[in-house]
Amino acid sequence: MSDMSYVRSEMLPERAPPASSVGVVGWMRQNLFSGIVNSILTIVSLILIYMVLAAILPWVFSPTWNGTSQNDCREIVGNGHHAACWGVINDRWQQLLFGFYPNGSEGGADQRWRPIVAFALLFVAVTPVLFNMISRRMNWVLLLAVLGLTGLYLGGAVGMIVGLVLLGAAGFVGFKALSTDKEARAAEIEAGAKRLPNPLIFSAIYPFIAPWLLWGGTIWLPIAAALGFVIGYFAFVFASRALGSLIGIIVAVVAAIIWWMVLTSVFANAVDSILPIGLEAVESRKFGGFMLSITIGVVAIACSLPIGIVLALGRQSDLMIVKALCVGFIEFIRGVPLITLLFVASTLLNIFMPPGTNFDIILRVLIMVTLFASAYMAEVIRGGLAALPRGQYEAADALGLDYWKAQRLIIMPQALKISIPGIVSTFIGVFKDTTLVSIIGLLDPLGLSNAIRADQAWNGLVWELYGFIALLFFVFCFSMSRYSMYLERRLHTGHR
Amino acid sequence: MSSITLDHQIDRSKMAVSDEVAIEIRNMNKWYGSFHVLRDIDLTVYQGERIVIAGPSGSGKSTLIRCINRLEEHQEGQIIVDGTELTSDLKNVDKVRSEVGMVFQHFNLFPHLTILENCTLAPIWVRKEPRKEAEERAMHFLEKVKIPEQAHKYPGMLSGGQQQRVAIARSLCMMPRIMLFDEPTSALDPEMIKEVLETMVELAEEGMTMLCVTHEMGFAKEVANRVIFMDAGQIVEQNEPEEFFNNPQSERTKLFLSQIL
Repeated sequence: MSDMSYVRSEMLPERAPPASSVGVVGWMRQNLFSGIVNSILTIVSLILIYMVLAAILPWVFSPTWNGTSQNDCREIVGNGHHAACWGVINDRWQQLLFGFYPNGSEGGADQRWRPIVAFALLFVAVTPVLFNMISRRMNWVLLLAVLGLTGLYLGGAVGMIVGLVLLGAAGFVGFKALSTDKEARAAEIEAGAKRLPNPLIFSAIYPFIAPWLLWGGTIWLPIAAALGFVIGYFAFVFASRALGSLIGIIVAVVAAIIWWMVLTSVFANAVDSILPIGLEAVESRKFGGFMLSITIGVVAIACSLPIGIVLALGRQSDLMIVKALCVGFIEFIRGVPLITLLFVASTLLNIFMPPGTNFDIILRVLIMVTLFASAYMAEVIRGGLAALPRGQYEAADALGLDYWKAQRLIIMPQALKISIPGIVSTFIGVFKDTTLVSIIGLLDPLGLSNAIRADQAWNGLVWELYGFIALLFFVFCFSMSRYSMYLERRLHTGHR
Repeated sequence: MSSITLDHQIDRSKMAVSDEVAIEIRNMNKWYGSFHVLRDIDLTVYQGERIVIAGPSGSGKSTLIRCINRLEEHQEGQIIVDGTELTSDLKNVDKVRSEVGMVFQHFNLFPHLTILENCTLAPIWVRKEPRKEAEERAMHFLEKVKIPEQAHKYPGMLSGGQQQRVAIARSLCMMPRIMLFDEPTSALDPEMIKEVLETMVELAEEGMTMLCVTHEMGFAKEVANRVIFMDAGQIVEQNEPEEFFNNPQSERTKLFLSQIL
């Protein structure tokens, strides 16, 4: 047997990798031409991609933006050539976005600024929720800027003055944000300088502003609706002090519901007759286009997450009745197609209502889509809950956290993080499902495209319209998908 | 026999057992379904005691200490912790849990929170302490377990031994009067076992009342003042460590010791 002992006398230095494995060449070798089969597949794919693009791109890039009708388009591109007729989008894009929302053509003022402002404010309202990298200051700048621009647009002496003041304020706050660096700001906070109020305040009142902007009417109605929460809160404080927290919650919910069902409209009408402030009312049947899709999608998304969490927790509950109710609800809703629920909303629901109640069609649809999304959300979140090790619950218990604190601080942050991909998939699904409302006669973009195609000038145009609608949906769905990836990265804290 | 090697001599000056009762368990029985896991457990733990519970797996030792802070519910008998009896009354349960710290085999740190947040969460939300105070105390205990520099990392970035020490610090932040250890070193590599045991020894030196389920017989020998041997859901033998290891009485104990030593 030979001598097996060996001692290294010096350690090897680090060397650069061979040139063929780094850089562009290395990348191509690794990813495109790593073997004969792969090389063939790469070449075939390139040819296929070329053929597809060669067929599509000339069709897409056609100089027909100003075409006034299908025949006009044909003349522009010349006979025999097959190309898109973008004139239809140029002619009707406003309709595809806003439906029949009043634009002043039927008399009265153009009201389309309202959905635009509501949409802009939506972003201001959701940024503090979605991103923690955007500073408070930035949020207030955005809010002031949006409101200021609105004031300028509305015009008139008051609008101009208010607009300029708000824009000035935005500029001032924004300038301070630029001129103070991180350390100076930290010193300011340390010295007790007043910080700007939390922008989440605006996020909280946005749900009352948005419907008012969209539907119009008296401003006292959303204020009265918001009062319901205040009343519920005080009912909870007093009742829970006297009767315990469970009864407190029940009393609060009952008080708020009574307020909303019975007293809200009375209160709003009474105050309105004294002090009428409001916007021109717009009926639900004038809603349409992408605005409608976004309205339904945003409401369903925003409401389905909390309802889904409650349902998922209820499904895990030890209380038999709560559990049975949640399981029953989830299984029933998931077992029924969304279209069926929408038909129920559009026709059947009126039968169950007391005669004479006028229950807005969009509100009915909103409720149905939200319930539908919640059931799916509950199951997605249940998956996240199931993925958590038992030890997390035990550690929370052992530290003395009660059920709700443990859920809020330990369980939900982790369960929701695990379920982000599923949650966002559900969001995207819900948003795309909003196009189903065209079946019950609401004019979402798909419903409008049928109406546009019925026009003599654009008779039979399919690809252009559907392509445009698809592009708009894609922008939204793709942003959501990217956001979910960003969120996953942000919340990543190493291995579990 | 495996014994722990420490960097210093164990200081026994503060390891005093008082005659104040910390935990009193009377005639306690527990079933999992129809399986009788704990049978007629009688145990009195005095303030300042360091008890090691040993026994083969499935003998009910983990279940026993999990009953003490009601992670498991017992069906018969009484458990009285620091004068509070564990019943289905949630107030009592919360009171006991705030006085009893627990360290788990798999650490059970909260992976979405930093080390510091792990330590301050319960003081802030359960004991309603101001954040600053809670953070100061957390840093104090993190220094004690010798990882203050990791305070702003996440548990996933730490080694097993470090995680377990954080778990100990997290329990200590609630200022418990009693500490329960459920196989704290079983999931660790040999070199990490030492650092965790050292932390536990230091805790013992300060006079903490400790109940440890562990297979570290060295720890039992050098730190414990009482060793309890359990088998088939009952306490088979208990004695001072010296007597227990050198002169076991029951056949079952002898067999167990011959297998592990």
